[in-house]
Amino acid sequence: MTWDTILTGLAGVVAMATPVVFATLGETLTERAGVINLSVNGTILLAAMGGFAAALTTDNLWLGFGVGMLIGGVVAALLAFTSLSLKQSQIAVGFVLALLTRDLAYYLGNPFVGKQGPRVPVMTLPGLSRIPVLGALLFDHDPLTYLSIVLIFVTWFWVYKTRPGLILQGLGERPAAAYARGANVRLQRYVYTILGGMLVGLAGPTYSLSVKAGWKGTISGLDGIGWIALALTIFGAWNPLRGAVGAYLFALLQWLSLVVQPYLPDVPTQVLQVAPFPLMILTLLLVNIGNTEWMKRTLAGLPPDARHTVARILRAMQVTPPAGLGRAFEEE
Amino acid sequence: MNQNMTWRETLLYRGGAVLLALALTSLVIWVSSPSTPPWEVLGLVFRGAFSTPAQGGLSWKKVADVLVAWIPMLLAAAGLLITFAAGLWNIGVEGQIVMGAVFTTWVLRLMQDSTAPPALALTLALVAGAVGGALWALGVGLLRTYGGVNEIFGGLGLNFVATTVVLWLIFGPWKRPGIGSMSGTEPFPPELHLPTWGDTRLSGVALLIGLGGMALAYVLLKGTSFGLRLKAVGNNPRAARLMGLRPARYMMLAFGLGGALVGLAGSIQVTGVYYRLIPAISSGYGWLGLLVCMLVNFDPTWAPLVALFFAAINIGSIQLPIVLSLDSSLAGVIQGSLVFSFLFTEGLRRLVLQRRARAAAS
Repeated sequence: MTWDTILTGLAGVVAMATPVVFATLGETLTERAGVINLSVNGTILLAAMGGFAAALTTDNLWLGFGVGMLIGGVVAALLAFTSLSLKQSQIAVGFVLALLTRDLAYYLGNPFVGKQGPRVPVMTLPGLSRIPVLGALLFDHDPLTYLSIVLIFVTWFWVYKTRPGLILQGLGERPAAAYARGANVRLQRYVYTILGGMLVGLAGPTYSLSVKAGWKGTISGLDGIGWIALALTIFGAWNPLRGAVGAYLFALLQWLSLVVQPYLPDVPTQVLQVAPFPLMILTLLLVNIGNTEWMKRTLAGLPPDARHTVARILRAMQVTPPAGLGRAFEEE
Repeated sequence: MNQNMTWRETLLYRGGAVLLALALTSLVIWVSSPSTPPWEVLGLVFRGAFSTPAQGGLSWKKVADVLVAWIPMLLAAAGLLITFAAGLWNIGVEGQIVMGAVFTTWVLRLMQDSTAPPALALTLALVAGAVGGALWALGVGLLRTYGGVNEIFGGLGLNFVATTVVLWLIFGPWKRPGIGSMSGTEPFPPELHLPTWGDTRLSGVALLIGLGGMALAYVLLKGTSFGLRLKAVGNNPRAARLMGLRPARYMMLAFGLGGALVGLAGSIQVTGVYYRLIPAISSGYGWLGLLVCMLVNFDPTWAPLVALFFAAINIGSIQLPIVLSLDSSLAGVIQGSLVFSFLFTEGLRRLVLQRRARAAAS
């Protein structure tokens, strides 16, 4: 394997991570506001199919992405209304929507399976792309990848460095306090759920019109990505930067599983393709185990040196969800 | 909330949910094929569950097919009702079906060359399936109680692991002579199949296991103090702990017991339906079991009937691609719309009740 093929591969990783970044950022915003949108997996499929169908029939890429985001927004709005206003379990509603949108995508997408559709062209950035290594890695992509990179920092800045972002953190952590300070908790939760849903929706056409162009029904290879995005939101500790890092790691794993294939002739290819998914659970275990009682007790029993080292490692990885996540909020 | 609705009103909301679901599905059908009226499509699904359109009339083969689909759904729903009672979202149900199937296949592979009587081999295989499902569910339980991983994500992760295991087995150690393929492992000899009725695909033993599993869940949750304690833990773990119950232990028990029932579903898919291990051995019955539980509001009473209805939709929709060249995933759209509409109208009902309580208080 030459240096050039590795570089091309890594550039591919950046591209493949793009939709996962969108979805993870969207879910991070939604969950920061205290709402779990469990429908991500189906939403991405339906948005991918809808965006592809729209772009194919109108030959307009913009419309494809618009439809994808609209689908994400509408599904999120349904979830928001049923859970925030009608007080039904977010888990139940989100899960039903995840299954419903997935089957809708397969049902409505049937006539479009295998059709050749439009594809977002690559937009090499002049000048920047000639920077050694970095140029090929980051500046030789289609506009969506650039948008995703910009959005990572915009979202991070919004959450941590702005006043509305501070209120957003409060919505998820202590909604009652945010309400007492004059924030319209329900309205803002609506806004962030729909906004997050639109970002999740954007991931769909990013697949079907760019990184995995086309619609192939059940073998599109998109089923499962949404669950990964949900796991990455936790892995990222609800921090857009850390979540994005997770998305790149996931794409890297997917690429590595292809790279190592020729060297492991005994392992079936189908196994390597799904290998990144089980690895996700391991990372979730690592980031959560520091929160458990028995781990705290075990740590207390260790000699001080070992305790400090282990505790530091665990703390670096540990995540704590927003305190009000998934809980209904009554305004009186 | 001390005010309740009359049964008439409740019926009104339930009817409303069905109408809403019908409207949603009709809209979807209209979008997909504006030329065919929605009722024609839905009628085809309905009739397809009881007859073959080519011949018309009642087809026992079709009815048997519906029951064949009903059995795994019954077992999945029964297992899920137990985990739900403990307040757990066992999304890992699909993986538990898969591992039930894997353990069953494993035992049958070990036994098929021995001189053991087939009845013994099949019994051991079914027990192994229950064990496989229980172990996989306990994995989710361990992740939750000792790993701090929420059962939704632990379950999802283990679903993917189960899929990986099945693919590895089918394309690796258990591959067919020659080359492994997506069509699964080598089929088992006929003596290792659960006996079926006449020329149908329905096995009486499987049906008994399915109904028995659901009955077990019903009795456990409705008629025993264990069920009561399970619900206490599910409703409020902190209060349950104050009462002297150990929530972690009850959660593990619920996972073990529920997982065993779910694993049996996978077992029957191998011994009574496919007679081998295939990649899609769960056929999505775990997800459907979850939908059934939601639609009956986690109460076992109506679960068998709703599961039967869902099974009929599944079998009926097989006609869609043949007759109207529509995708059979419409079944999932109908089932999903029903559950969503139910949650939606249930929310409306609660809102109305709340308003009434407030009006009565002032």
